[in-house]
Amino acid sequence: MREITYAQAINEAMSEEMRKDENVFLMGEDVGLYGGAFGVSVGMFEEFGSERVRDTPISEAVIAGAAAGAAVTGMRSIAEIMFSDFTTISMDQLVNQAAKIRYMFGGKAKVPMVLRTPGGSGTGAAAQHSQSLEAWFCHVPGLKVIIPSTPYDAKGLLKAAIRDDNPVIFIEQKLLYRKKGMVPDGDYIVPIGKADIKREGKDLTIITYGRIVPVCLQVAQDLEKEGIDIEIVDPRTLLPLDKETIIQSVKKTGKVLIVHEAVQTGGFGGEIAAVIADSEAFFYLDAPIRRLGGLDVPIPYCPELEKNAVPTEQTITKAVYDLMK
Amino acid sequence: MVPSRDKLAEMYEKMLHVRGFEEKVAYFFSMGMVHGTTHLYVGEEGAAVGACCALEDKDLITSTHRGHGHCIGKGIDLNKMMAELLGKETGYCKGKGGSMHIADLTRGNLGANGVVGGGIPIAVGAALTTKMKNIDRVVVCFFGDGAANEGSFHESLNLAAVWNLPVIFICENNLYGMSVPVSKSMKIENIADRGSAYGIPGKVIDGNNAIEVYNTVLEAKEYVKKNGPILIEAKTYRWLGHSKSDANVYRTKEEIAAWKEKCPIKALRNYMEKNGIFMVEELDDIERKAVDDIEKAVQFAQDSPYPSVDTILEDVYA
Repeated sequence: MREITYAQAINEAMSEEMRKDENVFLMGEDVGLYGGAFGVSVGMFEEFGSERVRDTPISEAVIAGAAAGAAVTGMRSIAEIMFSDFTTISMDQLVNQAAKIRYMFGGKAKVPMVLRTPGGSGTGAAAQHSQSLEAWFCHVPGLKVIIPSTPYDAKGLLKAAIRDDNPVIFIEQKLLYRKKGMVPDGDYIVPIGKADIKREGKDLTIITYGRIVPVCLQVAQDLEKEGIDIEIVDPRTLLPLDKETIIQSVKKTGKVLIVHEAVQTGGFGGEIAAVIADSEAFFYLDAPIRRLGGLDVPIPYCPELEKNAVPTEQTITKAVYDLMK
Repeated sequence: MVPSRDKLAEMYEKMLHVRGFEEKVAYFFSMGMVHGTTHLYVGEEGAAVGACCALEDKDLITSTHRGHGHCIGKGIDLNKMMAELLGKETGYCKGKGGSMHIADLTRGNLGANGVVGGGIPIAVGAALTTKMKNIDRVVVCFFGDGAANEGSFHESLNLAAVWNLPVIFICENNLYGMSVPVSKSMKIENIADRGSAYGIPGKVIDGNNAIEVYNTVLEAKEYVKKNGPILIEAKTYRWLGHSKSDANVYRTKEEIAAWKEKCPIKALRNYMEKNGIFMVEELDDIERKAVDDIEKAVQFAQDSPYPSVDTILEDVYA
């Protein structure tokens, strides 16, 4: 075990898989010599060369589509889209092509590709560089959607995603790139579709993912002093969703708060709430299911506004108090 | 160059298959026997068949919503194709794809596509595999005049050009994007001119002349393997409506009739007869066999079962 950053963990996952399997390659805007806009692929161009770490023109549609076309014909593509906001330009290729090729062709094709892209606010980049669009992808059967919250999960899940035979949307978290965590030395994977209980507790379940996980862990630690024992469930994979772990946790605690940075309306929290309401966990609830998403606004620029557009320790704490009343 | 006798026979038979297949599908639609919609290729056979006959099994194609001609040109089991049109379990896609999604990866057909321009980036990706794995083959990317105005066209041609990928982009310009004439959707006469914007050659050919298409693609294969992509514009015309709902209000009977005079199948037959390459009887035999093949495909499709509803969730994920 050693401590590395979330970005390094992603870099290691890609590099190790590329050393192991010559069909794996990376392409995207400025992923080569520059090392990626967030420095995630630093050093890979030097190790693997320009054939396997490919700088592309600024062309998000063909980046996604060529990743799919290469995958269908025998490669295992990793495509980086510089900001998840720009996946909107890739959408036809992801939603109408990559996700549907296998089903439309009666199971006769597979599309082993990973589209990596950073999401989330907090960098002062405002409305077109700060969104959390994961719910869009979760609405598309054929895709898998992953949002890791720790370096350990990021590395293990990305390796699993690269080895997976389906198109995987791997949403990284800008604010976590420089955060450190313990990661084993050797090869390991984190299975896709398996939630992780990031903290065990008995009074209330918080279901959250991505960069809000550490925020919720801080809240849980603070509230422990007040005798509130919070369990934190991190689905890690949104599609497919590990419903069982969520349901079991809610049955245990009887109270649930769902937190994510994405805007609340139409957010994935609504789906999680419905999963709970549709399950036997409903009969164990001592309070209504509570959601706390981002405000229904584009992400604003001014730091104070930006910070308050998404859940904070304060708003999460308040939501916990409300539920514990 | 005059194609070999065998090649000419193959082209003639495949064009007849396309025509026969489409006429049968049109009939099924008129009788309400096929679900959904379909985009028929009648009148354009010279482009798809001419191009595909210049390819080998290992070469790849991507196709369009009007894809039946490409599928047959690339070599396909007509029975399984007709079965797919009828939504049967024995169809290429087990009844899950229908007219717009026929693919046969075993023979290099990466699939028709329901989205205009949707297949162009996929072709670029397939060519990237070809280059990275150093495989001796080309990718032919079919699309229409309408797709040439999509962003995917621009991004794809540019990327294929800067990466020197072995793609032959074939724009089948049938003069209308659904109802809108090309003259109202672009300011240029020849789409092939756009090749220069990407630093690649552009060439205009007669899409109704199967031999010209064949020879052009044969030559293009060698070119793209060495130099990167080329853009070929095959001028042609669809005789029927865009899809089954089309009342043809945007063009005249005279215009349609004039293009029917330029029938690519008749043109090839005349050429072969006039030059004494085949006897009339031999050509008649090919025609009879083609009709028979389609009848057999219809029979196979009609005799096949529909997929069980239990299969609905299968094949979403690998």
